[in-house]
Amino acid sequence: MGVLAERKPLRPELAVTLSTWQIAVRRFRRNPLSLMGLILIVGFILMALLAPLLAPPPPNARNPYMMPHAGYSPDPQPPRPGHPFGTTEQAFDIYYGIIWGARTAFRVGLLVVAISVLIGIVVGSVAGYFRGRVDEFLMRVVDIFLAFPGLILAVVVVAILGPGLENVLIALALVSWPGYARLLRGEILSVRERDYVEAARAMGAGDVKIILRHILPNSIYPVLVVSSLDMGSIVVTAAALSFLGLGAPIGYADWGQIISLSRNWIIGAGGNAFAFWYTVVFPGAALVLFTLGWNLLGDAFRDILDPRLRGAS
Amino acid sequence: MTVFIARRLLLLPLVGIGVTLLIFSLLQLLSPQQRAALYVTDPRQLQAIDAIIREHGLDRPVYIQYVQWLGRVLQGDLGWSETAKMPVARAIATFFPATLELTLYTFLPIIALGIWLGTKSAVHRDQVIDHFSRLFAIGGQSFPTFVWGLLLLMVFYGAWRLFPPGRLSLEANLVVLDPTQFRTYTHLVTVDALLNGKLWIFLDALRHLALPVITLSLVQTATLVRVTRSSMLETLRQDYVRTARAKGLEEPRVINKHARKNALIPVITLSALLFVGLLNGVVITETIYNYPGIGRWGANAAIQLDAPAVAGFALFSALLLVFGNLAADILYAWIDPRIRLG
Repeated sequence: MGVLAERKPLRPELAVTLSTWQIAVRRFRRNPLSLMGLILIVGFILMALLAPLLAPPPPNARNPYMMPHAGYSPDPQPPRPGHPFGTTEQAFDIYYGIIWGARTAFRVGLLVVAISVLIGIVVGSVAGYFRGRVDEFLMRVVDIFLAFPGLILAVVVVAILGPGLENVLIALALVSWPGYARLLRGEILSVRERDYVEAARAMGAGDVKIILRHILPNSIYPVLVVSSLDMGSIVVTAAALSFLGLGAPIGYADWGQIISLSRNWIIGAGGNAFAFWYTVVFPGAALVLFTLGWNLLGDAFRDILDPRLRGAS
Repeated sequence: MTVFIARRLLLLPLVGIGVTLLIFSLLQLLSPQQRAALYVTDPRQLQAIDAIIREHGLDRPVYIQYVQWLGRVLQGDLGWSETAKMPVARAIATFFPATLELTLYTFLPIIALGIWLGTKSAVHRDQVIDHFSRLFAIGGQSFPTFVWGLLLLMVFYGAWRLFPPGRLSLEANLVVLDPTQFRTYTHLVTVDALLNGKLWIFLDALRHLALPVITLSLVQTATLVRVTRSSMLETLRQDYVRTARAKGLEEPRVINKHARKNALIPVITLSALLFVGLLNGVVITETIYNYPGIGRWGANAAIQLDAPAVAGFALFSALLLVFGNLAADILYAWIDPRIRLG
C-alpha cells in the first residue's frame, strides 16, 4: 500500500520489501492472540451463515428470528436433550437464540457501520473539500453530537422513537457517524493539496468528480479500517440497549435480549445461587467472544497498518 | 494559556445552543400532547393539556417554541418527570449525589491501576507482565458491563450474600432518612456517615458500593492501560530518554522522571474518553445493581417514555461531559509547557 512504498529502508541491500498481505500473514503466524481473534470471527461468520442448518426454525415459524417456545414454563429450565443450553423464562430455547443471535449481531453491526460510514463520508468530504464556512459549520455539528456520551444519546433517541431493533439501528448510526466524518475530513485535508488533485482541477474536472475519483479513493482507507473495527463495540452497545429493554422485543434472537431475560433469576433459587447459571453464561459468552474476536483482530490490524509500530515489534 | 482558556470558555455558549438544539429537535418527533409534560412542574396541570399547548405555543412555529423552551431550561425548569414523581431538576439534584459518590470511588482505582499497569507493561514489553496486562486490557474491553455485572452479582450476592445491590440496607436507610438521628451535609452517604460518627452506616454504604465500583473500574481501567501503554512505548523511543540513559541515570529514574511525565500528556487528552465511558457505564451499572443514581433513573425514564426526564438526563450528562472536557483541556494546557508558555 501507499504507506509502505514511501518507507525507504536505511540499507537498501538488506531490506526485504513486504506487502501488507505478507506482513499480515506474518503477524497472524507469530501472534497467537491475533490468530485467535481471526478464528473467533470466522467462526461467528460461519455460525451466522449456517444458522438455518445449525438451528432449523420450526416448520410453522413466521419469523426465524423469534426464538421457538418449548412450552410456556415461567421458570428457566436447565440444559437437557433437545435444549443443549437450556431455556430462559417463558421457555425460549437459548441454543437457538445464540445461533440466530449471531445473524442479528452481524446485521446490526454491518447496517450501523454502513449507514454511519455513508453519512460520515458525505459530511466529511464536503467539509474537508470545500473548507471555509461549510467546514466550520459541519465540524461544529460534529462537536455537538460528540458532546453527548454515546450510549446516553442512543438511549434518548430510542426512547423518543420507541423501542425496537430498527430504532436501535437508527440511534446507533446517529451516534457513530460524527467520528467517521471527523476522521475522513482530516485525511481529505491532506490529500486535497496533492498535485494530482491540482492536475485534475486544471483539466477541468468538476468538484463531485474530483471528490469521487481522486480524493475519496486516497483518503477513505483509514475510515474503512476504523469502522470495521467498531463492529464489536457497536454490537455491544446494541446489546446493552436490548438489555435495558429498549431494543429487540422479548423472544427475539438477540444476545442482549436473552441476557436481559436472566435478570430476574440471577441470584438463583432454593439456596443455590447458580441454579440458573445457563441463562446468563451462554448468551454472555457469545457476546464476550464476539467482542473479544473483533478487539483482537482490531489490535492486529492496527499494528499491521501502522508503520510506526510495525518496525518495533 | 489565558488566551487558550478564554477561547475555550467563549465557545461554551455555542456548544450549549447546539446541544439544546439537538435535544429540542429530537423532542419535536413527539406530539404536542406528549411534550406538554416538559412545561409543567406539577402533574395536576396536565389535566388541562390543551391550555398548556396554547400557553406555551406548542402549536406555533418551531423557532418560537425553541426560544421559549430554552428560556425555561436556562432557568432550570425542565418539566415534570413521571418516573421520579417530581420535577426533572429536582430529580437530577436527588439522584446525582449517589452517582457522584459512585464515580468518585471509581476514579482513584482506575487512574492508579491504569497508569501503573500501563507503564509496567510498556517497560517490560513482551514479558509476562506485558502479556498479562494486554490480556487484562483486551478482556476488560471485551466484557460488556452488563455481563460483568450480572456475573459478579451472581457470585458476590447470590452465592455469598457479601455485597448486596442498592445503596443502603433497610436499617441504615431508615436512620439516614431520619433527621433527628442523621444530619445530611454532602448527600454522599459515606462522607455523611463519617461526619455523623456512624461507622456502621459507612461500612454498609461501602458494601453496597463495592460491586458497582468494581464493575465500572474494570472496564474503564482496561482503556487507560492501553492508552498509557502505547503512549509510554512511543515516549521510551524518544531521543531524550536515550540521552537520560546515556548519562547513566538509573532505569527507575529514567522511567519515572523523564519518560512517564511526557507519556501522560496524551493520556490526559484521552481522559475525556474515560469520562464518556464512566457516564455510559453508570447507566448500565446502576440499572443492574439497582443503585439509585441518575443513570438508573435515566434508563427507567427511557423505558417508560418519560420524555422530560430523558431530555433532562441527556442535557445534564452533556453538561457534565462538556465541563469534564474543559477541565481536561485546562489540565493539558497547564501540564504541557508548549501550550502553557506559548
